[in-house]
Amino acid sequence: MFDGYTSSELMSIFAMQGFAGLSLFSVFVLMAMGLAIIFGQMGVINMAHGEFMILGAYTTYLTSGFFQSYLPGLFGGYFLIAMLLAFLVCAALGALIEWLMIRHLYHRPLDTLLATWGLSLIMQQAYRSIFGAREVGVELPDWMMGAFQVTDLVELPINGLFVMIIALSIAVGVYLLMYRSGYGKKVRAVVQNRPMAEAVGINSAGIDRATFALGCGIAGIAGAAFTMIGSTGPSSGQAYIVDTFLVVVFGGAQSLIGTIVSAFGISQAQSTMEFFLSGSMAKVLTLLVVVGILMLRPEGLMALKVRR
Amino acid sequence: MSAAKSKAKDFLLAVEGLTVSFDGFKAVDDLSFYLDPKEIRVIIGPNGAGKTTVLDLICGKTKATSGSIKFDGKELTKLKEHQIVHSGVGRKFQTPSVFEDLTVFENLEVSYPQGHSVMGALAFKRDRAVIEAVEEVAETIFLSDALNEPAASLSHGQKQWLEIGMLLIQKPDLLMLDEPVAGMSVTERKKTAELLKVITKDHTVLVIEHDMQFVGDIADRVTVMHQGKVLSEGSIEHVKSDPKVIEVYLGH
Amino acid sequence: MKNSSPLKWFGSREGLYYLALAFLLVVLLPLMLDPFRLNMVGKYLTYAFVAIGLVMCWGKAGILSLGQGVFFGLGGYCMAMFLKLEASTPEATAIQSTPGIPDFMDWNQLTELPWFWEPFHSFSFTLIAVIGVPVLLAFVIGFAMFTRRVGGVYFAIITQAIAAILTILIIGQQGYTGGVNGITDLQTLMGWDIRTDAAKTTLYFICVGMLFLCLFIARLVQNRKLGRILVAMNAQEMRVRFSGYDVAAFKIFVFCLAAAFAGVGGAMFTLIVGFMSPSFIGIVASIEMVIFCALGGRLSILGAVYGALLVNAAKSGFSESFPELWPFAMGALFIGVVLAFPNGLAGLYQTYVMPLEDKLFERGKGARAEATPAKPAAERKPKTEKTDDYDPMIDSYSPEKS
Repeated sequence: MFDGYTSSELMSIFAMQGFAGLSLFSVFVLMAMGLAIIFGQMGVINMAHGEFMILGAYTTYLTSGFFQSYLPGLFGGYFLIAMLLAFLVCAALGALIEWLMIRHLYHRPLDTLLATWGLSLIMQQAYRSIFGAREVGVELPDWMMGAFQVTDLVELPINGLFVMIIALSIAVGVYLLMYRSGYGKKVRAVVQNRPMAEAVGINSAGIDRATFALGCGIAGIAGAAFTMIGSTGPSSGQAYIVDTFLVVVFGGAQSLIGTIVSAFGISQAQSTMEFFLSGSMAKVLTLLVVVGILMLRPEGLMALKVRR
Repeated sequence: MSAAKSKAKDFLLAVEGLTVSFDGFKAVDDLSFYLDPKEIRVIIGPNGAGKTTVLDLICGKTKATSGSIKFDGKELTKLKEHQIVHSGVGRKFQTPSVFEDLTVFENLEVSYPQGHSVMGALAFKRDRAVIEAVEEVAETIFLSDALNEPAASLSHGQKQWLEIGMLLIQKPDLLMLDEPVAGMSVTERKKTAELLKVITKDHTVLVIEHDMQFVGDIADRVTVMHQGKVLSEGSIEHVKSDPKVIEVYLGH
Repeated sequence: MKNSSPLKWFGSREGLYYLALAFLLVVLLPLMLDPFRLNMVGKYLTYAFVAIGLVMCWGKAGILSLGQGVFFGLGGYCMAMFLKLEASTPEATAIQSTPGIPDFMDWNQLTELPWFWEPFHSFSFTLIAVIGVPVLLAFVIGFAMFTRRVGGVYFAIITQAIAAILTILIIGQQGYTGGVNGITDLQTLMGWDIRTDAAKTTLYFICVGMLFLCLFIARLVQNRKLGRILVAMNAQEMRVRFSGYDVAAFKIFVFCLAAAFAGVGGAMFTLIVGFMSPSFIGIVASIEMVIFCALGGRLSILGAVYGALLVNAAKSGFSESFPELWPFAMGALFIGVVLAFPNGLAGLYQTYVMPLEDKLFERGKGARAEATPAKPAAERKPKTEKTDDYDPMIDSYSPEKS
């Protein structure tokens, strides 16, 4: 498939497609972080994760509308408020869902998968009823427009860079929370040995709820970031859910670093191949390779060999 | 070393240089021991000594990093779990794992060594021979009256017996039992000791146990494990008076 | 207990359930419905094939596949390819730039039939492929996953990804597959026009016949020791393995069985509906198939048939009058089936209707009950006859799970 390209042309193609792949990478990382927390730490499959992300996106959409109408002077800073709101709205809904539904289904992971799929159908239809079937977009504040000129050929759009920075800061934040905080220690204790964690006084039900809410909240931030690079529709979330699950599983469910590495690998592979093949074949090939590798190495890229 | 290898043929089970490591941690470290036919061997040792891991390695649940396990002349480390079962090794787990939804009869019937392939299981018929084998084993494990009870309704001790029965009906040459009397009442313990004595008339038995009274009752020989290695081996009296063993159990 | 003659079995309670279903499908619905509606029921029934497979695979053995649409679609496409070739004679396609190939190939500038289409000129090859292609794929997936002990949610996600891959592939390769429109404009089967009302009614009865054949096979498997191993494997995989069974082989078998059922269902779908498209394969279609099985009761093969009928009838009903409410209803169904009644309609039937039946049976049978014991309900098996000869015609085992 490389016929007819010189090596220098190939280099710049790879560079260009690499940058293009970075915004896919950002979406993957943002979505996968929340999923990985919920799945890796609690064993719960949240099929409605994409819909939580879209909830964050709609929250951002409404916030931007509010600022435009009532606080036009502060419009440049609305995004930070929106991100916070998106986190809170999604985390609150997540906690509610955990209380209503998920807590009855621990140890039945396949059933959580089906129940959250049902939830995703309901959420999607609710968006369609409230916001309409058409996609909506937010207006970017001025400072996010434009691009950095790196070389004559290569320029980086500021909004893309900004989203990537958010994605990576969330990844760092999640790492610090999980591995450097008291809360994270408790979560890991519950994951490893629930009865023992309860015996030493950890409120495991509370930890579960907080973890699920946190995962959903991160999905909300992901949604806020998502509005910066694309428009939002009722089923935009579903388009990413399978890819993101593959990202999480491929990276090794318990490993945050693995999640980032696999998000990077999958997004780069897909966008590079997209240049040479049609978009759909690039996706087919990427997914096939991922599924193939998972069949050979089911524990994912980064997994500990542990005594069970 | 070569002398030990040539001797291996006379043993029913010969474990040599067995090692398994999990991310660098050696749970079992260069372990060797030998079982004579019809012997009852008890493995004791402090928590985390690697006792259960040894059983896991022999029955194929865990794959060895290095070393060999020769059973009746066959190398077990290269076989799959069901092949190891077919070559005559039965394993009982620490917590009773019986099929709670099935009756006692059906539990034993499922374990009957026939119809193990997919098509075999499709063609399997409950004939005279099956019924007789089930009834005979039920007699041995004190469950003749409970044949039609669902296994879920059995007491903890009865479930342990049922699982032993499920091994017996496979007619294994080597039975491996992981803490068979854990959580049992005093009367149940006594009955279990009786049961084991009956079993050992025509089986070799490898037992993990903590209860020293019980160990004294049943063991021909005792192997003491510590940190994945054999610390001491011999009769119960010999082991009890071994200063290394006393150090490990009382020293800290 | 040598009373296992088929006639007596039909008098047993289980036999009556099958007779009731047969009566509904063969007599009642054809009398009540016009050919158009009956054709719709036929379409719903093709999903019941998938649901029966899911009962065996997911309900019994605990293997949740979110990619059953793949097998349904492969079976359907195999049949559609045969029908399409039959419809694309050089005479009928004379206006194309390349006559004799399917119209969508001509539109996509293909000038000859792709190699993998060639064998579908043969009807016997097609019949083999309808089952063979899905089973082969299921075997490859099953072999790769189950021998490496991949199961549970990982298996579910990977099968879902495979459904996504196949859909994208079919849509992307328009020239070879007909793309997003699928393979349409199918007319005759070996010269027999399948679009007439009479043909549609005939196809409906063929579909019902095939359905009972699949029910019979599923029932045979579930009542043999094989069925017991599948259920045991779900609860205590380790114990089954250390009782000397090759667990992976059993899983592969049941996954292939479910794929075969789905393939047959897909082929019947193509015949009854008259086309096949990627929308019946993808993620959404595949996961909906799980709800047919879950609503009917994940442990009941008869329940699966009712589940498929009811969900699809409800879907058509909703989309005729309140299309915007259907996703809410479907979502609620998923959540309700999981949270409130995990054993579905069959479970509800067992809890609420069977006690009434018990009374009825006891009163009606009286003294006769001793001679021919009615089919015992799952948990209330009569203890006395357990050690008698194993009778494959009596469904003596169907455990309830929480």
